[in-house]
Amino acid sequence: MLLQQLVNGLTLGAVYALIALGYTMVYGILEMINFAHGEIYMIGSYLCIIFLGIFTALGLTESHLLLSLCLSAILSGITCAGYGLTMERIAYRPIRSAHRLSPLISALGVSIFLQNYVMLTQGSSDKVFPHLFSVQPIQAGNFPITSIQVSIISSSILLMAALNIFVQKTRLGMAMRAVAQDKMMASLCGIPIDKIIAVTFIIGSALAAIAGVMVSIYSGVTHFTIGYVAGIKAFTAAVLGGIGSIPGAMLGGILLGLTESLGAAYISSEFKDGFAFIILIFILIFRPTGLLGRRA
Amino acid sequence: MRISPHLKTLLIGSFWCGLLALPFMGVWNSIFLTAILLAGGIFLRAILSVGVYHKITSLIISKNLFVISNEVRNLKISPAGRNDRQGQLAIIGVILLLVVPLFLNNYYLDILTLALLYALLAVGLNVAVGLTGLLDLGYAGFYGIGAYTYALLSTRMGIPFWVGVPFGGIVAAFFGFLLGIITLRLRGDYLAIVTLGFVQIVYLVLNNWDTVTNGPNGILQIAQPTLGGFLLHQPIHFYYLALFFLAITVFIIYRLTQSQIGRALCAIREDSIAAEAMGIDTTRMKILAFSVGAGIAGIAGVFFAAKYTFVSPESFNFFESVRILTMVVLGGMGSLGGAILGAFLLTLLPEMLRGLELYRMLIFGATLVLMMIVRPQGLLGKKNAI
Repeated sequence: MLLQQLVNGLTLGAVYALIALGYTMVYGILEMINFAHGEIYMIGSYLCIIFLGIFTALGLTESHLLLSLCLSAILSGITCAGYGLTMERIAYRPIRSAHRLSPLISALGVSIFLQNYVMLTQGSSDKVFPHLFSVQPIQAGNFPITSIQVSIISSSILLMAALNIFVQKTRLGMAMRAVAQDKMMASLCGIPIDKIIAVTFIIGSALAAIAGVMVSIYSGVTHFTIGYVAGIKAFTAAVLGGIGSIPGAMLGGILLGLTESLGAAYISSEFKDGFAFIILIFILIFRPTGLLGRRA
Repeated sequence: MRISPHLKTLLIGSFWCGLLALPFMGVWNSIFLTAILLAGGIFLRAILSVGVYHKITSLIISKNLFVISNEVRNLKISPAGRNDRQGQLAIIGVILLLVVPLFLNNYYLDILTLALLYALLAVGLNVAVGLTGLLDLGYAGFYGIGAYTYALLSTRMGIPFWVGVPFGGIVAAFFGFLLGIITLRLRGDYLAIVTLGFVQIVYLVLNNWDTVTNGPNGILQIAQPTLGGFLLHQPIHFYYLALFFLAITVFIIYRLTQSQIGRALCAIREDSIAAEAMGIDTTRMKILAFSVGAGIAGIAGVFFAAKYTFVSPESFNFFESVRILTMVVLGGMGSLGGAILGAFLLTLLPEMLRGLELYRMLIFGATLVLMMIVRPQGLLGKKNAI
């Protein structure tokens, strides 16, 4: 029972961590909470099902199941990156220098718009993932874990490691860190701020899309409202780890996932969604910089 | 053939949007969307280049200049000239609100009452968002706390409406105070998220604490208000009751904005560090603004419970918060008249556009974004309000 909950929590946490990365990267650079980030995750989960449907119609799924799964995940990632880019261009760039409240309200508008856009085009009922494969638990001794959980956890770890290498070692990553530290100084050094911010949105959105894909495979169903709660939880994870810090987002996501699944199992399953907020309030009282955050 | 850069941007933009919408809308609909975007863009462009736009803007500007010059003249004659004009407008508005309902049927009265209720909520939220610059996304939580407080007091203990009003207000204000103490010492962005979490927690509690709140079924048979032994139950009674609450609230908030506290709140909105340097206790002032807003929401909630005699968690979710926030943003942050105008527009317009019911939230969302880009100060807001 406990082991089972730990595994579930870890899976959930890996998903939260992937979404939290987008929040933390955008916050690190623009000091703005991108409320619409959760909607990108929701769109990713829809896109995966839509693309898989197309591949099934083409007959690719029957012959190459794994290939079509990977292809639809990649396509969802690319499309969501497009959504993130467009969102930044239309709703955030024109008001970047405005009062701090403006981008927040604008982001809220984007979030409501995207939710209703998906509801109007895809219907308000649950979208069900096609039944393609049966899920067998892998029996490793007494350790109950399904192949999907293994692939979710391992691919999240891979993506996070790749992101860390990208940010720490590449020129583009260095430029991103420079913009996050001081936008004015970075632009004086010849770093194209607009492009770097666009890249941040692209990477964050692609990661959220992958999280959405994994969730729709894992839970087998998606709905146009999932982005809202997942978005807040991922933001909590980002704050828990220290907003603006990439390893912090990973740690925060995993911790939050574990807390939630253990809390739902041992305290109350009805208030499962409430734990994240209670944790958030406690961090804000006792350690507003988060676990791995820099002191302000 | 040379393509103008505007047309090129427009072409790329419409095709890009069509491409993004492709997986969701299917081939034909996204081609349709692209065509609409293209046509709309060309239409707008044509209007701009023909010069109609310039004529309109120059007309507006010259009219404004006229108004401004009048104001300057008034200033010379009497320093209170501007206030006089505003006062006249306000008096005309009040007379209209008092007289018009006598000629309306119950359907329109109900809609107008709802508009007044939202105006009350928007005025309250405006204290936190517009005056002080605190983005409160959990406003519907306080609204719900007020409504449930009266619902429980009325059904369990038979407490009358007029005792319930201060109770609902005080309980909601107390929750605002608690939440404020926790979060207002921190940076503004965190407040938005914590209040968002707050409304979610309130919703979860209302929905799941079956023994007290009766869960998703809500509470039925809440007592309607009485006035000197006379039961208020007709729509027109509730209309005047709502008008009464709104008038008192507007008066109090207006006096507040004119006072030292009001100026302190504006100073915090403009620059909280500078305000602190001027000796304003910013944390205390923020908590005050936050609790006052919450208290007004609580009173509005009591009114809601008494009018509909039924409350359920669905009326107090996050989207209710967003709706009230949209009213404040649309009307003009920091402007009392703006909040009321926004509430009336956003309650009456959806009623008139019944056919667009499905698209309402879509339009809400797009309006928020557009408003922030084109006119962040709202319809009636001052230029420096945000």
